[in-house]
Amino acid sequence: MTLEQELAAVPSAKLAVQRVSKTFRTGRGTVHALEDVTLTVNEGEFVCLVGPSGCGKTTLLNIIAGLEAPDAGAVLTDGEPIRGPGRDRMMMLQQTALFPWLDVFDNVMFGLKLKPGLSASERREVADYYLRLVGLERFVHAYIHELSGGMKQRVELARALAPNPRVLLMDEPFAALDALTREQLYGDLQRIWGERRKTIVFVTHNVREAACLGDRVILFSPHPGRIREEFKIPLPRPRDINSVGLAEHATEIMRALKGHLRATEVQE
Amino acid sequence: MKRMLTAVIFFAALIAAWQVVYQARVWSPVLVPGPASVARYLWNHSFNPGTAAEPNPDQWQLFLAIAVTLKRLLAGYLIGLAVGLPLGLLTARFRVMHDTLGVLALGLQGLPSVCWVPLALLWYGQTEGAMLFVVVMGTLWSVVLATETGVRNVNPIYVRAARTMGSRWLHIWLKVILPASLPFVVSGMKQGWAFAWRSLMAAEIYVTILTGFGLGHLLHYGRELNAMDQVIGIMIVIVLIGLLADRVLFSPWERFLHRRWGTG
Repeated sequence: MTLEQELAAVPSAKLAVQRVSKTFRTGRGTVHALEDVTLTVNEGEFVCLVGPSGCGKTTLLNIIAGLEAPDAGAVLTDGEPIRGPGRDRMMMLQQTALFPWLDVFDNVMFGLKLKPGLSASERREVADYYLRLVGLERFVHAYIHELSGGMKQRVELARALAPNPRVLLMDEPFAALDALTREQLYGDLQRIWGERRKTIVFVTHNVREAACLGDRVILFSPHPGRIREEFKIPLPRPRDINSVGLAEHATEIMRALKGHLRATEVQE
Repeated sequence: MKRMLTAVIFFAALIAAWQVVYQARVWSPVLVPGPASVARYLWNHSFNPGTAAEPNPDQWQLFLAIAVTLKRLLAGYLIGLAVGLPLGLLTARFRVMHDTLGVLALGLQGLPSVCWVPLALLWYGQTEGAMLFVVVMGTLWSVVLATETGVRNVNPIYVRAARTMGSRWLHIWLKVILPASLPFVVSGMKQGWAFAWRSLMAAEIYVTILTGFGLGHLLHYGRELNAMDQVIGIMIVIVLIGLLADRVLFSPWERFLHRRWGTG
């Protein structure tokens, strides 16, 4: 490959959020969930969106997922505008959306069965692979209510990964878990991200979590939801959430977050 | 095993108490027959073959009546389900349907099904059609309402998750909304069954037809003949069929739901 070709083949941004605005009308007035938000996420990058509740980070995730449409602006994946949900962008939520009428295996199979071009045995093989990847090979035929919170989120992760999306959208997926389980999952998620090279957009209000997982941390402020600041986290991986270096980054982000909060309060 | 024993003791005590009341002659034996005479009625109208010289003319009578009644019940119930389920899906999906058909269903569900008998008699006369009409009307509306409630109670995040996985509307309805609403739909089917059963008894008592004597008819004639052993015997049969139907038709479903959903 010549240098020219290589330069020409620079991966375009995987996700490009361009000047997106979104308002909701409720009974008590209008909420500016997002105002003029612009953000690019590169191929294989792990980006965390941080901010207090009401800053529109979940709305942005829904728009990227194609579940909601922006009022203004556009979101592109690989240069193509998003027109609806797609298998290339899978979503994972805090509240488990696993189907109780299916067992663990069939939950993972749900999305695979909708993916064309695979034989039945290939689908089963893929499902088995991802259940092994998240460490649930012994619970393949368990029902959802028999699983602990952490195991449920592992199944969610396997289900989201199984159709092999390029982008993984995660909305506070670990917020409802206990600290120990969460730490395990931080490790697992980093390992899987490394192995499968996904692009991940991860929403959280936990600054430490963001510093632990993200290549970049994007700070949002509420009313209206805007991007305030951006932090690069150049720490090596895998990262331990309890390490001192990580704590320094988290403190810096936290200080910025508090500063912006105070500023908005003064304005109001 | 212990639970079974408890149940057996309970019912044995109930029958014993009945025997005591009977023997104390608190009420006339014409009004309160003893357990023995009711048992004799049941035996004589079911298995008792009589003697070789004098065969029992009433042998199998109860089973014939049960067959006639169950045939009517199943026909009406299945029609009620087949019409009610899709209508329930429609009222859940379209607001127009909810505001029109939904209100109608709510109103008619409150109408005791006996109230359909006069209309059915005038429309269909003393025919099987009248019977069927009353049973369908008794079943249909509660199935519609239960299905609608079930669909409306489906957690929207299931639908969102399915959409991100590439599921589209017909697939979502068949593979997500329908199974997700199953707990409500099954309890609606159970309720529909109970209503169908009540409607049919009302219809059989009021609609006298010659195309088959059901349990309701036997009950009615028991009253006309002042045969209290027959009246009570038939009532016991009706209760037993209700229990049996619950075990055979609905318990497997409910066990399935409990195992999957982890409830109960």
